[in-house]
Amino acid sequence: MIFLLFGCGWIVLCGFAALLPLLPSRWSGTIAVVGIVGGSMLGLPSAVSKVLGGTPELASMVWSIPGGTLSVALDALSGFFLVPIYLVCTLAAFYGLEYLRSSPRGNSLGVFWCSYNLLMVSMIVVILAKNGILFLLAWETMALTSFFLVTFENERPEVQAAGWIYLVATHLGTAFLLVLFLFLGEAAGSYDFDRFPPVVQFLPSGGLFLLALVGFGTKAGFVPFHVWLPEAHPAAPSHVSAVMSGLMIKTGIYGLVRIVTLLGPPSTWWGVLLVGLGVSSGILGVLFALAQHDLKRLLAYHSVENIGIILTGLGLGLLGLSLHLPALAALGFAGGLLHVLNHALFKSLLFLSAGAVAHATGTRELDQLGGLAKRMPVTCFFFLIGAAAISGLPPLNGFISEFLIYLGAFSTVTAHSALVALGPALVAVAGLALIGGFAAACFTKAFGIVFLGEPRDPHTPEGHEPGALMLVPMGILALSCVVIGIFPAGLLPAMETVVASFTLQTKDDLSVILQETVEPLLILSLAALLFLSLAGGFVVLRRRLLRRRPVEETVTWDCGYAQPTPRMQYTASSFAQPFVARFAIFLRTRHLGGLPKGFFPRMASLSTKTPDVFRQSLYAPLFLGIEKGLHYLQVLQRGRVQVYVLYIVLALVALLTWTRK
Amino acid sequence: MDATALLAPLAALVLAPLFLGIINRTKAFFAGRHGQPLFQLYFDLQKLLGKGATYSRTSTWIVRGGPIIGLAALMVVVLLVPLGGLSGLVRFPGDLLLFAYLLSMARFFTVLAALDVGSSFEGMGASREVFFSTLTEPTLMLSLAVLAHQSHSLSLSSALGAVTVTSWLQHGTSLVLVFVALLVVCLAENARIPIDDPNTHLELTMIHEVMVLDHGGPDLAFILYGSALKLWIFASLVVGLVLPVRTGVAFLDLGSMLLGMGLLAIVLGCIESTMARLRLLRVPNLLVGATTLATLALVLAVR
Repeated sequence: MIFLLFGCGWIVLCGFAALLPLLPSRWSGTIAVVGIVGGSMLGLPSAVSKVLGGTPELASMVWSIPGGTLSVALDALSGFFLVPIYLVCTLAAFYGLEYLRSSPRGNSLGVFWCSYNLLMVSMIVVILAKNGILFLLAWETMALTSFFLVTFENERPEVQAAGWIYLVATHLGTAFLLVLFLFLGEAAGSYDFDRFPPVVQFLPSGGLFLLALVGFGTKAGFVPFHVWLPEAHPAAPSHVSAVMSGLMIKTGIYGLVRIVTLLGPPSTWWGVLLVGLGVSSGILGVLFALAQHDLKRLLAYHSVENIGIILTGLGLGLLGLSLHLPALAALGFAGGLLHVLNHALFKSLLFLSAGAVAHATGTRELDQLGGLAKRMPVTCFFFLIGAAAISGLPPLNGFISEFLIYLGAFSTVTAHSALVALGPALVAVAGLALIGGFAAACFTKAFGIVFLGEPRDPHTPEGHEPGALMLVPMGILALSCVVIGIFPAGLLPAMETVVASFTLQTKDDLSVILQETVEPLLILSLAALLFLSLAGGFVVLRRRLLRRRPVEETVTWDCGYAQPTPRMQYTASSFAQPFVARFAIFLRTRHLGGLPKGFFPRMASLSTKTPDVFRQSLYAPLFLGIEKGLHYLQVLQRGRVQVYVLYIVLALVALLTWTRK
Repeated sequence: MDATALLAPLAALVLAPLFLGIINRTKAFFAGRHGQPLFQLYFDLQKLLGKGATYSRTSTWIVRGGPIIGLAALMVVVLLVPLGGLSGLVRFPGDLLLFAYLLSMARFFTVLAALDVGSSFEGMGASREVFFSTLTEPTLMLSLAVLAHQSHSLSLSSALGAVTVTSWLQHGTSLVLVFVALLVVCLAENARIPIDDPNTHLELTMIHEVMVLDHGGPDLAFILYGSALKLWIFASLVVGLVLPVRTGVAFLDLGSMLLGMGLLAIVLGCIESTMARLRLLRVPNLLVGATTLATLALVLAVR
């Protein structure tokens, strides 16, 4: 672990070095990347070794801050979250080197890279921290550095607005965590995680669970705490979106799992609540995504959906723990956590390739794009892999984690478990099936509109393939999606170690269950290989059949109409229209413009916009109400120093009498 | 592995086009026509495989690869599906998930191939296809959950193999509901009346047919064969459910199942001849209705 800590130090050092004045701005990125690569090479081996079953390590030392020791620990669970952090941060950094090269903001690149490196280290420290205060410090650093990264292009008003929303949301979440840690720390007399008691005075452990759920949920971004995601992700540069969506929101999941393990045996309702939140988050997230026209906003809503899937898995796992159903617990946790890794891979792949599109064409509006498959064939292929993976299609990695969650849920069905387990499990099954259908619809839309057909807007630049620094990271991510999808059984031992590290299940119980899934996973590999070879066979067959026959190219068939134009193509809005119309009750899509009027109509236009329902109908009224209420407090604000001094004296006296009591 | 495991996939691969032939002959009978030969689809396939191809200038490799990926996925599915008591070639706990997701992968690439040519008509079909299939997905999964619940198994072969006369006597109500739900899924997934009309001549009202307008030659042959396989796959689920003949003697089972498949083809032909297709706006109501029935079946099963 000492190497890992040195690695963190090196990343921070290089981050600050990127800030050095007088440094040519294009060097700052290189220096930062040198730090990241070095730090990852130092840290990755120890993280991987823990996932593969190495003994957990703990390092602690006394520090001047009260409330325990400065302690960090690396166990299998931490290692499991660290691996994607190292991998994706490094790949995204290389991508960023080229992505930012054309940025007009040469001078602030130093600040950008310094924030990037600090964000990476703060995520690592969040995962490692074993002390509440250290955890919160790292958590706050993570929030602030990512805020700086989101507002990189801060001359655009929408980016400023997004930054503020993010900053407010993340601090509201932190407030809940602060209360949670205060309760735990006061009861223990120390903020070290090991000393935290499962029960505290005044508050049942269910209350602590709810505090953790809101606090970490705001970072993870499940419904209804997701409102900052669709604002912040599109505003940030694409590789930052990849890091935030693929990794940073997962620290919320990590925190939730970590705290839940400290709270003693879980109650049944925790699991039920998580499954409910997970399924509704999944369905609403993907439904909102379907109605979006901005490619990155669409992807941001898919993060809400996937966090929902992860949460469903974890909820089933908790349910299994509390009801002593080992199959449900093991497969629920294994599926949920594996989805953390898988989502980190395919979502960052999607954000990076969406960034390549935005970089090449200067727009993220789906309806201005089209036909990019011809100009950006490699990016198109990578996006397709990401799209198929996120839709949960075999033989890619998204299918594997959903498969495990399904197996867990179905284990209650075949075992005829009690209704308290069976009910949520069946909700999860139906929910996952529905989410899968929606996700496939959404990604056929996103991929089809952006890459297929003809360019929809003549004013959009033609587009071009990005350079190797952007393509190779995408390629590595795509490859890992495929490899996990085709050879999933190789990951089972790792999942076994990770799940065993935080559940109270004895390891034997777990291994029996996960051993039973080895066979299905091996057959999945065989099926994947069979599918690929069949497809290959058909390719050869088709080529041989067409060898000496005429193969012509002509205009698209449009019912005999000889001159179709690109403007006649289906758009993103028209593709999603059946969904938007059917689910209008959730989406509240606004239609601007409308049907042509009169006998000789001059022009008609129609556009749709789907703002976030929760933001519009929950948070906006809530915060406006709070603001209105606070107006009444303005009577206290007299603008006279003497009055303020009086307030201070009164407050002091009141506090003194209260403590003297 | 014994040779009987090969019977179900072989029957599917060989007889799937005939199934469509029977439906078409039934429809012709109702219309008072003589109708096309029973083996017409075989002739069509042979003819198409011998043709050249024409592609839209807009299209890319997706339009060429879509039919191939779709057919490859469906052929893997064929290996998983049992024919009543005859188990599929491949069976493992969880194969019903692979079944459902491979089908959705085939659909994913059909839809992309439709979008590839940039035609509004095909976009329209693609949009409808994803919408309706999203609504059928939970129905399929919940129906399979009922079967999994009754058989204590997560494999299609065991789940359908466990449907016997006794289980019909014990859980008849629940199984009837599953049957109706699966029948609706079968009609919707295979573009049959009342959801979609395979014989319609107006692009504006099509769903599945319009998506493949720009395919021709060997690609169209792959698509047509794939659709025939898909229809066979869903039909064999339905027949396996309603025909609880599980003698254990392979050839008796096979014979009765094939008879059942023939009967189902005639029933589908009757449905198509005696019903009008639903208005597109009404289709979701039918599909959600099927989901409700499947949920009800599940409630009855687990209560």
